[in-house]
Amino acid sequence: MMAFLAEEGAQNPLIPDTAELVVGLLCFFIVFGILGKKLLPNIQKTLAERHDAIEGGLERAEKAQAEANRTLEEYKAQLAEARHEAARITEQAREQGAQIITEMREEGQRQRDAIIAAGHAQIEADRRQVTVALRQEVGRIATDLASKVVGESLQDTARQSRVVDRFLDGLEDSAASAEAAR
Amino acid sequence: MSAHTLLAEAGCHIQHDCAFPAPGLNSFDFKPLFSIGSFDFTKPMLLAIIAMLIVVGFFWAAFNKPKLVPGRLQLVGEIGYTFVARSIAREVIGKKGDKYVPFLTSIFFFVWFMNIMSIIPVAQFPPTSRFAFPVALAALVFITYMYLTFKTHGFRKGIKNLVWIEGLPKPLVPLIVVLEFIQNVITRPFTLAVRLWANMFAGHMLIVMFSVASWYLLTPSALAAVAGGSFALAVFMTAFELLIQFLQAYIFTLLASIYIQGALEEGH
Repeated sequence: MMAFLAEEGAQNPLIPDTAELVVGLLCFFIVFGILGKKLLPNIQKTLAERHDAIEGGLERAEKAQAEANRTLEEYKAQLAEARHEAARITEQAREQGAQIITEMREEGQRQRDAIIAAGHAQIEADRRQVTVALRQEVGRIATDLASKVVGESLQDTARQSRVVDRFLDGLEDSAASAEAAR
Repeated sequence: MSAHTLLAEAGCHIQHDCAFPAPGLNSFDFKPLFSIGSFDFTKPMLLAIIAMLIVVGFFWAAFNKPKLVPGRLQLVGEIGYTFVARSIAREVIGKKGDKYVPFLTSIFFFVWFMNIMSIIPVAQFPPTSRFAFPVALAALVFITYMYLTFKTHGFRKGIKNLVWIEGLPKPLVPLIVVLEFIQNVITRPFTLAVRLWANMFAGHMLIVMFSVASWYLLTPSALAAVAGGSFALAVFMTAFELLIQFLQAYIFTLLASIYIQGALEEGH
């Protein structure tokens, strides 16, 4: 193969010419050196700056928009929270009010019961007092009457009280039986 | 076509009992413009240097004092730069590729301008159709590829990266290792150089062919129609070459970035 290539000599197009190889490499290195070291970094910087100038504005606007949105969200959240809080407080007040009313009602009931009980006790006491007084009075009137009718004194207290008591017991018994019948 | 071949072919005409001077390898060999000792300075070298000067000059004018609001020249330069940076480096290598953008940009524009020399009047020859120029650039790409492979993975994993494919059935391993080695270490740099060279070589050959033929066949006879057709084809091929020149520069740069990507990635 190599012999065949060598035979062809300068005519073989697939054997690179050394001088051309060197010139080609040199030319490329010059291009690469100047473009790579100076010109392309230049334009890279400019493109980045332009990108910043154009997109930077957009990005800033987007940022402001996002900031505004966030503030709005926060505000809405706060508002919702405040509403919630208000509702909670109202509810609590309502519950408390209901509780107070219940308590007061209970208290009133209790007081009323106490007053009624006290009234009953008083009435009972009065009744007993009146009964005792009445019993004595009726006894006295009855004996007086009886003595006037009989014409003799019935001052014998022992007998007197026994007769009066029997009479009154009879009265009470008839009253009680009347009560039961009713 | 160099000046001397053009003169020789201009003298040869179908009416002068002269056989068709078919363009061949001689169309790609030039007498030295001047010699310093054993160093012969030829036209392709001159064109390569001119291409280099145009690339550097253009980017110097465009990017030396870049402005935030670009002028026309800077805008054109930026389009070229972002084409390589975005469509090639970012697309193929990703974010890591930003480091290699200057290398890729230099390759792309140097190759492209050398290719364009093919259809510039007076120059009319692409230095890339001389094998040495693609070889020089492919060698640099290959060295970069190897350097990055071993720098990224270390020696053992670097070798593995070059020859190994994960998850192969055992019997296939020796075969694939050999194939991968041949592909990555031998075929890749070779095809990278040959692809560019052969395309530019063939393109130049076709343009020369149709140009010579249209002159050779130009007679006051029915052959004039053929000569006209040949001339039309020469014009068409020139336009077509404009596309090929760009495409080959693009492919060369794209493959370079694919190799760099392969060197940087785990496995491939």
